[in-house]
Amino acid sequence: MYTFSNRFKVFSLALIILGSLGWFYSYSKSHLTIEEVKQLLAEESHHGSHAGDSHSMNYQNEKHHNEGVHHLEPHSDALTHGNDAHGHDAHGHEDEHAEHVLHQIHNRPYAALYVAAFFFMMISLGVLAFYAIQYASQAGWSPVLFRVMEAITYYLLPGALIVLIIAIIGDKHIFIWMDPEVVAHDKIIQGKESWLNKNSFIIRGLIYIGGWSLYRYFSRKLSLAQDKAKDNKNFKRNFQISAGFLVFFMYTESMMSWDWIMSVDPHWFSTLFGWYVFASMAVSGITVIALITIYLNSKGLMSYVNDSHLHDLAKFMFGFSVFWAYLWFSQFMLIWYANIPEEVTYFVTRIEMYPIPFFTMFCLNFIFPFLVLMNSDYKRVPIFIIMAGVIILIGHYMDVYMMIMPATVIDRYGFGIAEFSSILIFLGLFLLLVFYSLSKEELLAKRNPMIKESENFHY
Amino acid sequence: MGSEKIFHALYNDDDILLSAVKKIKDNHYDIEEIYTPFPVHGLDKVMGLEPTRIAIAAFIYGCIGITVATLMMNYIMIVDWPQNIGGKPSFSYLENMPAFVPIMFEMTVFHAAHLMVITFYLRSKMWPLKEAENPDPRTTDDHFLVEIHTNKPEGALKKLLRESGAVEINEVKDKVNNNE
Repeated sequence: MYTFSNRFKVFSLALIILGSLGWFYSYSKSHLTIEEVKQLLAEESHHGSHAGDSHSMNYQNEKHHNEGVHHLEPHSDALTHGNDAHGHDAHGHEDEHAEHVLHQIHNRPYAALYVAAFFFMMISLGVLAFYAIQYASQAGWSPVLFRVMEAITYYLLPGALIVLIIAIIGDKHIFIWMDPEVVAHDKIIQGKESWLNKNSFIIRGLIYIGGWSLYRYFSRKLSLAQDKAKDNKNFKRNFQISAGFLVFFMYTESMMSWDWIMSVDPHWFSTLFGWYVFASMAVSGITVIALITIYLNSKGLMSYVNDSHLHDLAKFMFGFSVFWAYLWFSQFMLIWYANIPEEVTYFVTRIEMYPIPFFTMFCLNFIFPFLVLMNSDYKRVPIFIIMAGVIILIGHYMDVYMMIMPATVIDRYGFGIAEFSSILIFLGLFLLLVFYSLSKEELLAKRNPMIKESENFHY
Repeated sequence: MGSEKIFHALYNDDDILLSAVKKIKDNHYDIEEIYTPFPVHGLDKVMGLEPTRIAIAAFIYGCIGITVATLMMNYIMIVDWPQNIGGKPSFSYLENMPAFVPIMFEMTVFHAAHLMVITFYLRSKMWPLKEAENPDPRTTDDHFLVEIHTNKPEGALKKLLRESGAVEINEVKDKVNNNE
């Protein structure tokens, strides 16, 4: 049985507190006045294109304005979250530009917090789906890992609620369609209003979270009850609800990805977006299962986990990395090939303004795990799994970052205090909840009908 | 090795075969070959065979495949006959690369798969019109055959084989079916 040491508790709490302080600092720093922004812009153009540590480029900023016209965006200003975008007559071009930059700087702490919150929620949700698949397929190899998976999904309810709350508080700072000013001047968003309105956004969000959490609650309860039971009734029941949950999950996961991610670019849409987000979810979730298992194993708490279990987890990490790359590329290639203006802006923004993170992310998420985990023997060596796992997690954080940031802060991006402290907050919370849950029950689901097979599993 | 004798021991269960092979190995007899109707999991480890190197070959074949695809598409679409497809008449392979990725992928898989199969056949000394080496047709149905070459006394070996669960033990006198 795992005991959650006080030192670890204090460490996770310290992460949360440190992160919160950092975030509020960056938040207070982001409240510039329009005069300060103008001064900033003047300094930037004075220094040339590379100004400050925010990777911002004046040249690109201008370019973005031209792009809006070039790509037939009817309301290019909509992209910049300018809620005063239609004061053309009142301000000159300079003022308008400063205004946009001001909004982007305002948006950054919200967006940074949202990216980190979503990333950790996504890990938990990916594990929940993976766990349900293990039950629904009655997999024989994985029951020794069930308690680890259940512990990770403990984070789902609070984590997902926090994402929803940040989305609502962040409001127009993250979701431009939540700004009535913008919607009033945007025919395309008006057409989508029956789906993209705040009330139904909240209701849908609560339905998703409610459904996932209900499944998680009952499945965990049945899994624990099975340990004390004399028959396999609980196991069978768990099998049934897992299969049911997977159907519910397929729909809600896809809709969740439209709501919580795709709608940050309300003009843009992609039909395989749900799958693409799911691939990210699954690979980061399985990676975290592997990392926590290796950690517990190194403490001698999971002696029944052998290198064949690690091998299987690493195979999934490898497989889902390739699957992610496949979907990522499928989405990219069709849009790139068809070159339809309203679709292609998505990648134009990302490749022109985020060239380095865009291609780095692809290397980290595909090429690195592909080469490291390709060899069968390496999949059994913890150090290789840890190495590939850490890179995969960094890569998928960048993936979420690339989904949210280009739509909220446009070219005023970077990896600074706001992003770093947001990660600290949610990393702390994640560790706190997951390891608390791990310490609650024994680490082996000892009366699971498959447990014998799982313990003796060898490849 | 004039005194070398060849024995064929037949088994009818893969689990019994595995434990028998372990026992034969423990008693220091040389197993020449085992014929089975299907791949027996873990047999290579018990027999002490070296791990397969086909994976390394597969990786090399994949690299060959992706190279062939790149050169081929570069010649077809860029050098020899550039076309304006989807408004992308750039004469650069790199700029048009996304369009060629499916071909690169397929050619990688194609080369890896086909060359791997061919390698496997050659390595197993199999080619068209080759006569079967199989000493007993029952090994294609439900029997497992262990071939042992030895110059130790045959009584002890026969006893060992019978104890290990062999359903039939034959001494091979002529080498009609044996290509060695």
